[in-house]
Amino acid sequence: MTTHPIVDAGALIAGQTGQKSDRSLKPGALSRAPQAALASLRIAVGTLSLATLAGVCGFAATATAANDQILIGLVTKTEVNPYFVKLRQAATAEAEKNGAKLIARFGKFDGDNEGQVAAIEDLISAGVKGILITPSNSTGVLGAIKKARDKGIVVIGLDTATDPADAVDATLATDNFEAGVLQGEYAKRALGGKTPKLAMLDGTPGGTVDKQRHDGFLKGFGIAEGDPAIVGKQDTHGALDEGQTAMENLLTAHPDINVVYTINEPAAEGAYAAIKKAGKTKDIVLTSIDGGRLGVQYVKDGKIAATVMQFPKIMATKGVDYVIEFVKTGKKPSGFINTGAKLITDKPFSDLPSENTKFGVENCWG
Amino acid sequence: MNRGAVSIGRAIATPAVGPLVVLLVFCAIFSVSTHTFLAVGNLSLVIQQSVIVGTLAVGQTIIILTGGIDLANGAIAVLGTIIAGRMVNDGGNSALCLLLAIFLCTVVGLIAGLLVSRLMLPPFIVTLGLLGIVTAATRLIAQGGAFPVTDDLLGWTGNSFLYEGSGVTYGMLIMFGLYALVWYMLTQTAWGRHVYAIGNNRVAARLVGIPVHNRLLSVYVFAAFVYGIGAWLALGRIPNADPNALQNGNLDSITAVVIGGTSLFGGRGSIWGTLVGTLIVSVLRNGLTLSGFDPLWQDLVTGVLVITAVAVDQMSRGKQR
Repeated sequence: MTTHPIVDAGALIAGQTGQKSDRSLKPGALSRAPQAALASLRIAVGTLSLATLAGVCGFAATATAANDQILIGLVTKTEVNPYFVKLRQAATAEAEKNGAKLIARFGKFDGDNEGQVAAIEDLISAGVKGILITPSNSTGVLGAIKKARDKGIVVIGLDTATDPADAVDATLATDNFEAGVLQGEYAKRALGGKTPKLAMLDGTPGGTVDKQRHDGFLKGFGIAEGDPAIVGKQDTHGALDEGQTAMENLLTAHPDINVVYTINEPAAEGAYAAIKKAGKTKDIVLTSIDGGRLGVQYVKDGKIAATVMQFPKIMATKGVDYVIEFVKTGKKPSGFINTGAKLITDKPFSDLPSENTKFGVENCWG
Repeated sequence: MNRGAVSIGRAIATPAVGPLVVLLVFCAIFSVSTHTFLAVGNLSLVIQQSVIVGTLAVGQTIIILTGGIDLANGAIAVLGTIIAGRMVNDGGNSALCLLLAIFLCTVVGLIAGLLVSRLMLPPFIVTLGLLGIVTAATRLIAQGGAFPVTDDLLGWTGNSFLYEGSGVTYGMLIMFGLYALVWYMLTQTAWGRHVYAIGNNRVAARLVGIPVHNRLLSVYVFAAFVYGIGAWLALGRIPNADPNALQNGNLDSITAVVIGGTSLFGGRGSIWGTLVGTLIVSVLRNGLTLSGFDPLWQDLVTGVLVITAVAVDQMSRGKQR
């Protein structure tokens, strides 16, 4: 999806240069060359279109080969984030293992409710028995979900709950509050007896998960919102560059920061770059959450003290299993099903359960 | 001048035959390869899914016909949904709030139009700037989050008649109505001829006495009015005002316009082509899902179609000269 603008911009640029050369064309001796070029272009375009059509025909033929297969739909937020790519791959593999077929769709950007609604509608048309969805916005897709459930399709939320939570049959997700608590408890221990000067690098204002992690961290850290120990809060949208800028500014304002909460690992990496530049890697406890491959690597490298890992693969495989069970037995899952969160660190504390980075590397996503 | 008039006439008369053939071919393929594509409910869905981008593409078409481009159309529509939604949720009268939202969208178009026609700034830059401004303003108004909009009037365009849920929605009728209206304006009025003439050759258009500045201004204002209607249709599709929605509205609508055979250089193309272009993208997305494909194929084929359409436009231009 990130390629989309590039393609269009490319078309625009190609068009504009084309226009110039077109205008500069004068009838006469020179015109033969462009005409030859046009002829070959025409052939090329024709071939390209034919190839596309043939491709579509061929694939369509293979796709409909097995009509009595159990069809399962998956709608993720975007294909940009490796988290959702991993989730999709795990679901596809699990479906295949059980002789079912997974049809995947995704939004084009965070907040693409229209894309997700269209995806659910198409999946209903396709005749799926169950839909697994990570809603982009917890209220954005309720109508389409209701339509699916009215048709007897089991709908399971993955990763993100809907609002209200019972809009879907069940939700398989990390308890993000609990994950935040783990992060906070670790940060508190790692800080030892020092007076905390906490910087919080949040995600996106208004985000459900963002708030749960933030609040969980404070609970685990043992302070309340508004505590003077919190010297600064910044939104990073979970992005590396914004994490770096935010941390730079916070360090300028409060050089005595000694513990940092980050919403995810890209933000943590940005924060680390700022901390390193300020020469404070020894003085600051940097903690994060997510459990992506790079994140675990940062922990291994000692850039991040600890991260909290979540398990998208479990969400995906359990989701597929529930749908297959529903088709076979008619039993629907219900309620919130916690897929767990684990603290990953190489500097553990005996009174706080954690796993080392070896476990992290073996079980991480992305 | 005579030649100019002839080419304008031809451009208007050229039906969207090429894109239509592509659309029919895709429909034929999916009708054969799946047993669900041709179901009435599914065809209704495909059109319902086209309503928002299809409406944004109406405004985009007339702007592109003048040789311009609009990068802010999705953002303007989202502004409309947020304003209408917020005011109604705060207890405002639904009809008044809706009208005010559409009016404010139109005001954004007025600003764009003034900058393009009076200061002669490039439309790409003006609408790129407005994209940032409008998106930021929308987020400021929304105060960070999406919120449900349950008002009956704002959601009315999503209601359907014939049979519930899979029939004809009022939103579809409004979209088709807009296409018919713009077809009439472009082909049956002097205003429409002026739009084509400006896109073909602005200097010549000015020399023959066409009020180029005022026509350009009116094009941007009308397009933004259409985006305001698009905001209403968006609330009918999804009763949720989300400041993060429709981020690809600009590129998706440009894609529809270009696949529909309208030239990005202006002066050539038809509004029906845009409708067909919008439907092609929706049919592809729906049909490939029904056939059980990786959705990345949809983007791949759409990309091929965009380049093909521009190449065909280039070739036919070569032929005319």
